[in-house]
Amino acid sequence: MNFNLIYESFLDILKGLGASLEIIILSLFLGLLLSLGIVMMRLTKNIVLNSFSRSFVFVIRGTPLLVQIYFIYYGLAQFTAIRESFIWIVLKEPFWCGVLALTINTSAYTSEIIRSGLNSIIKGQAESAVAFGMNKFQAFKRILLPQAIRQSIPAYSNEIILMIKASSLVSVITIMEMTGIARKIISKTFAPIEVFIAAGIIYLALNYLVTVIFKKIEKKYTISY
Amino acid sequence: MNKIFVIIASLFFVPLSLFAKWEEVRIGTEGAYPPWNGTNAAGELEGAEIDMATEICYRMGVKCTFVAQDWDGIIPALLNKKYDVIIAGMSITEERMEKVDFSIGYMTDGACLVVSKDSALASYQSELESVNLNNSDAATQKVVGSVVALLKGKKVGVQGGTIHQNFIEQYASSALLSTYSTQDDLNLDLGAGRVEIGLADCGAFDDYMSKKEGSNLTSVSPSMGGGPFGDGVGGAFRKEDDDLREMFNDAIKASLADGTISTIAKKWFGRDISM
Repeated sequence: MNFNLIYESFLDILKGLGASLEIIILSLFLGLLLSLGIVMMRLTKNIVLNSFSRSFVFVIRGTPLLVQIYFIYYGLAQFTAIRESFIWIVLKEPFWCGVLALTINTSAYTSEIIRSGLNSIIKGQAESAVAFGMNKFQAFKRILLPQAIRQSIPAYSNEIILMIKASSLVSVITIMEMTGIARKIISKTFAPIEVFIAAGIIYLALNYLVTVIFKKIEKKYTISY
Repeated sequence: MNKIFVIIASLFFVPLSLFAKWEEVRIGTEGAYPPWNGTNAAGELEGAEIDMATEICYRMGVKCTFVAQDWDGIIPALLNKKYDVIIAGMSITEERMEKVDFSIGYMTDGACLVVSKDSALASYQSELESVNLNNSDAATQKVVGSVVALLKGKKVGVQGGTIHQNFIEQYASSALLSTYSTQDDLNLDLGAGRVEIGLADCGAFDDYMSKKEGSNLTSVSPSMGGGPFGDGVGGAFRKEDDDLREMFNDAIKASLADGTISTIAKKWFGRDISM
């Protein structure tokens, strides 16, 4: 075991922390917004929207993230129609393909987290809100969603941790985030163990931070019955 | 009873090298770098090096098994004894020789630059058909200079951990470099136009350019060798396995001498790239 190499790799990999965080934070933010749309579709009685939302979640949760990344990056680029359309401006960039794949992936999982949060709220609350003169959207926004979010905090912190780890997969589409840099060092040093230990330490530290922050948030917002 | 015990116990201390050590040899290859070593539709390994290794094993009278291993980890897995030799289009370079020992070279192919036919780069023409970076004459220097100028500020794609990546980093660090896990991924992105210039062994591009998806690509450069590109392709061995390396060297020499490797090269590359 070459401890000096672990230390040197650690410093090099740390240079990719910014790129990793950018992808993680952007995907989590966009994914959260998207998941709200998916949950609302799921809750309507409109059969088209409802079944779209169901199949979206089914497909995304049922396929590996790596396959989704490959499909978005290499798969879509095979179609001339896509390469000539304005979408190509976004899809041409590895960074945005990575963000897109992670966003779609996390949105499916997050929508299920929020949905189960909503299911845990007593049904009468929605009816009471309407009786107070709110329309359905207002009732959802003011009464149901805040409670659902509170219920979802523990499960969502878990999703964030999963996303931090999943972000390492975007190195396969040429993005030089932490794992990308780690792989580059390995190709020069031929010493995967030392380099991956260094990368692992950084991921572990990130996830530890998330755990600590969410423990505080949970303490503050979770109500015990 | 005691005698039997002593005999059995002492067997544990008999050095393994007393037995014929190399009755079985495990060969590590990538299986993703046709026509050197690829994987066919049935999932079997095929290619010039698979044919050559099979021939060499036959000559050495040993049983060989192939192990497919991603390029990323191909040297670490050799060092960790997942297999005994790498036969995977690996060029003999000083950087790699710090970790492994090479057999004599068996084939050599130049490095080619490939661009889209529609791009302005396609009109680039070099004054020489091929250059050896070990030469320092004026004509070579001039061509290398113009290649470097061509690469400047361009999006260039290479497979990670290759001589081609080393060349870009040493000679054309102003290029915007993207590294791929496999040659296939690089080919796809060249076809899609995400990278403007691809650099790899000429033969590795020929294969893709002959297919429909790669038909919009063309090779522009002089083919390049020497310097960071190393001196031909050889088998890589652990430093302590000199005996196995000598066995391979003898078999490779014999197969080169009687034209067997030349025939295999022509079959897969359409030209003779044997050394």
